[in-house]
Amino acid sequence: MPRFDVQSIPAIWVRELTLFKRYWRGTTFSAILEPLIFLFGIGLGVGAFLDEIDGVKYVIFVGTGAVATAVIFSSVFPGMYNTFIARTFQKVYDGILATPTTAAEIMVAEALWIATRTAVYGSVPIVVTIPFGLKPTSTMLLVPFICFLTALGFTFLGQWISGVVKVIDSFSYFQSALITPLLFISGTYFPISGLPTWAQTASNVNPVYHCIELVRDASFNRLSVSSFWNVLALAIFAAITGTLSVRTITRRLIT
Amino acid sequence: MPGTCLGLLGPNGAGKTTLMRMITGQTRAASGDITVLNHNVASDTRAARRVLGVCPQQDNMDDQQTARENLALWAALCRVPRAERKQAVATALETAQLTERANERVTNLSGGMRRRLLLGRAFVNSPKVVLLDEPTVGLDPQVRSDLWLIIDGMRRSGVTVVMSTHYIEEAERLADDIAIMNHGRVIARGTPNKLREMHAGSEAVEYVGSAATLDEIAEKAAVVGLKTRRAGLSISVLGVESTPATTLDSWGRYSRRATNLEDVFVLLTGESLDA
Repeated sequence: MPRFDVQSIPAIWVRELTLFKRYWRGTTFSAILEPLIFLFGIGLGVGAFLDEIDGVKYVIFVGTGAVATAVIFSSVFPGMYNTFIARTFQKVYDGILATPTTAAEIMVAEALWIATRTAVYGSVPIVVTIPFGLKPTSTMLLVPFICFLTALGFTFLGQWISGVVKVIDSFSYFQSALITPLLFISGTYFPISGLPTWAQTASNVNPVYHCIELVRDASFNRLSVSSFWNVLALAIFAAITGTLSVRTITRRLIT
Repeated sequence: MPGTCLGLLGPNGAGKTTLMRMITGQTRAASGDITVLNHNVASDTRAARRVLGVCPQQDNMDDQQTARENLALWAALCRVPRAERKQAVATALETAQLTERANERVTNLSGGMRRRLLLGRAFVNSPKVVLLDEPTVGLDPQVRSDLWLIIDGMRRSGVTVVMSTHYIEEAERLADDIAIMNHGRVIARGTPNKLREMHAGSEAVEYVGSAATLDEIAEKAAVVGLKTRRAGLSISVLGVESTPATTLDSWGRYSRRATNLEDVFVLLTGESLDA
């Protein structure tokens, strides 16, 4: 395989940026509205029956958890759908591969783009939760970086899934059997301490769990040495899914 | 050779697109080496692709981007230096005769304009070799001749053109050199004239009649060592330039014509090219 050429990244980003110019309004609209609805509905609604969770108001607990939902939704789904559509229906990648660009460069450039975008959109719930009583802290400024790292792994995961399935309908298997459980058994909506011991142990291999731990620790100003392990877990996740994505998509495109 | 056009002529499924993909390194060759201007495609893919321009059979442009944006993206992907991109895009728009429609989204362009843009895109990095995979497939005759002018212009500017087609007329008009392909192999190679002379002679006569009559003519022609080609209710006897008129007259009424590449193709492959 040819050596990775970083020059491909700005080239691929030319495409992403021109497309983004067309759809940023819609994406931004839902990125702000969705966590608001989430906080009003679940945060205040369920919060009315709960005092505090882990020492914070439920609305704040769930507001910080909503970062994970936003991150996963804006990374794994574009990873799956955009990649599948561009590869199979539009044949965009076939065109690009006739230029001095490799499949690995396309996947990495697109993942970096989606992760950058998600760093912004994923952090919106934090901003939205502040009026609900979340106290601003300086470590909160790390949230976009946490979103970026998590989104990188999940975009690669989405790209890999897009290369594994034959038809677009098969995505629902991955959505129901993989993405939904990862989101629910991670501490987004409730602390995992209420779950059976085996489920708590299992959540250690759930990247969403590590993302939420980091986001809450950064938001509540309680980052510690153990946060390093959360970062490492997310980095390992991205390395594994990145390798899977590049290998699978290359195999699909170079016949 | 620079400034020449090699036509790959063959029916659907002959392996023309596969060959093009092998030249760009998108399909791996099972054996052998491919080099593009001394760059080995397998080991030095990037360098090989740098000197290539490609116009694929399937339109793969971004619908939601404008003509200009599509070309700018390609200039970036093809590593055209940033300072030269604007000019490269302008030249490509001019080549595609789309300067006026530069800011139109591709989805609003007609089929012919999209094809022209696709051709222009193959040209944006000033390639030394361009690969055109069925560049005029499915287009009406007017659009097709517009495209031929563009392709001819490319060739005259010194670019080597490798063009696949299953249109005989296209190959005859544009190609200096023709490779006839079938079932993944090149079965004949040469200039259009040389191929005709070698395989079908220079003149043919055509008889019209019932199936039985045509069978009879085929047999008689075989006896005197002439090749024939059936097409519906007619039969062409090929290479008759030195056959005495009396012989031909004795088989029935006929019309005389020059042989063409289609004769060669059918003789060599036993298949007809459906335009």
